[in-house]
Amino acid sequence: MDIHAPALATHDALRVRNLTRRFGENTVLDALNLDLAPGSFTALLGRSGSGKTTLLRTLAGLDDAPPDARLDLPRPAAVVFQEPRLLPWKKIWQNVMLGLPGAGARRRAEQALAEVGLGHRQDAWPVTLSGGEAQRAALARALVREPRLLLLDEPFAALDALTRIRMHALVLDLWRHHGPTTLIVTHDVDEAVLLADRVLVLDGGRIAADIPVDLPRPRAHADAGFAALRRRLLAELGVGQEEAA
Amino acid sequence: MPDTQVAAAPRPLAAPRASATTSPARLPATARKPRHKLLGGRWRRFVSPLLLVLLWQAASMAGLISPRTLAAPTTVLASTWELIETGELPYHLLVSLGRVLTGFTLGVTTGAALALAAGLSRLGEEVVDAPMQMLRTMPFLALVPLFILWFGIGETPKIALVALGATFPVYLTLFAGIRGTDPKLAEAAKVFGLDRRGLIRHVILPGALPSALVGLRYALGSAWLSLVIAEQINATAGIGFLINDAREFLRTDVIVVGLVVYALLGLGADALVRLVERRALAWRPGLLKA
Ligand SMILES: Nc1ncnc2c1ncn2[C@@H]1O[C@H](COP(=O)(O)OP(=O)(O)O)[C@@H](O)[C@H]1O
Ligand SMILES: [Mg+2]
Repeated sequence: MDIHAPALATHDALRVRNLTRRFGENTVLDALNLDLAPGSFTALLGRSGSGKTTLLRTLAGLDDAPPDARLDLPRPAAVVFQEPRLLPWKKIWQNVMLGLPGAGARRRAEQALAEVGLGHRQDAWPVTLSGGEAQRAALARALVREPRLLLLDEPFAALDALTRIRMHALVLDLWRHHGPTTLIVTHDVDEAVLLADRVLVLDGGRIAADIPVDLPRPRAHADAGFAALRRRLLAELGVGQEEAA
Repeated sequence: MPDTQVAAAPRPLAAPRASATTSPARLPATARKPRHKLLGGRWRRFVSPLLLVLLWQAASMAGLISPRTLAAPTTVLASTWELIETGELPYHLLVSLGRVLTGFTLGVTTGAALALAAGLSRLGEEVVDAPMQMLRTMPFLALVPLFILWFGIGETPKIALVALGATFPVYLTLFAGIRGTDPKLAEAAKVFGLDRRGLIRHVILPGALPSALVGLRYALGSAWLSLVIAEQINATAGIGFLINDAREFLRTDVIVVGLVVYALLGLGADALVRLVERRALAWRPGLLKA
């Protein structure tokens, strides 16, 4: 219910200590520790059901953290979900400015929409947008709040490959421009390597692997080092043997 | 999930047509074709009722239908004109409209208030919903004898009956609409800083509106039916009185006038709600290009 996590830091580093989350018998996060540098771009990989969404929800303040966990979270935080979650009864610009205080809200919403390339669609109803357009609107809605922490939960999983490539470029652009501490959850190893400075693998309720990506940007699959990194990550996810052959 | 499905829907539909013509690909194919059919059908639909009226007229003129059974259409028309000229029809119409408006407003207000109380708070649900669910199973028209005992035979029982008829549909649909709020949308709205009030205003109520408007349409129908029944209770004015009075004098023409007026009022009210629907739900996929 409560949007604000117990301990809020004003600086931009994200620090999580001893975060445990259980659903009945099922321990999803087990005394997890996590540090993200200010303005960094991190990808979080993990098998389906490994607890990625659970972690993200706690970081977003959607679920209350247990009292024995210690969280220092940059705020404001903004989330982009796998589905756009636009209110169908509000025009795009109204969706983007939802919950924004102040008189300049509409202008800021329009600016954010222009930034994601949706300026011409700001008066449209959400049902008329394509999947990619709707997700760009969701990005604009997150950005307009000038978040210090940007959380993305498999935001491009439902998009076609071409649209996904365009979205990758857009996200990197926006990240460079606004500089929020960014954490993207994905099950796509390529996406993780293309976007992030650092790739984490969640397994057994903890960060099981922490791998820096120091490939120069812009990155492409054909780059030297890309394939090696990809193999290593797949191995961490337990699909390495077959893939490497 | 639902979002992406809805967003993707128009494209496959439009694809075959879009390749044939250069029309906007986004326009759902279903929005155009049936429309033309509907226009053509609209005229065709009037043919058989018209034939029936002509047949009725012919049968009356041939003496096959006695005026005591059913007056001829021409007689009905003449009587309508007469009733309008004498001011009788406008007077009774106003009385009936007054009853239905008062009762309907009362019923909708009560139903909406109860639904909001039950839909937006646990306590409200516990207090309000159980009795409402029990009461709704009773055919409310069965309350007429009790209403007469409680309220006498004046205006009060008539208005109360109309109000009761409107209360339940509004309550049930609005309550269901509120409880049907998509939790994912509510969650997103919370992340973006909406408090409880903002959530109700921007997410819960707009989301419940389609369901509530369906309820409003049911409520109108129900209010109408209640009016007809209520006006049988010793009325001294109103369309129902006009009909009952005409029965005493075997004026089948006036009875038909009353029935036609009831029908027209019902149609008009329904059209009004449709208009409200079209405006308030402009965002819905089905209504976008309509
Ligand atoms: N609200 C909940 N109630 C019960 N179990 C849950 C709930 N949310 C998540 N889980 C369980 O926690 C585990 C992790 O879920 P999730 O974080 O969604 O995984 P991921 O996003 O990595 O696929 C799963 O086994 C899931 O069934
Ligand atoms: Mg998930």
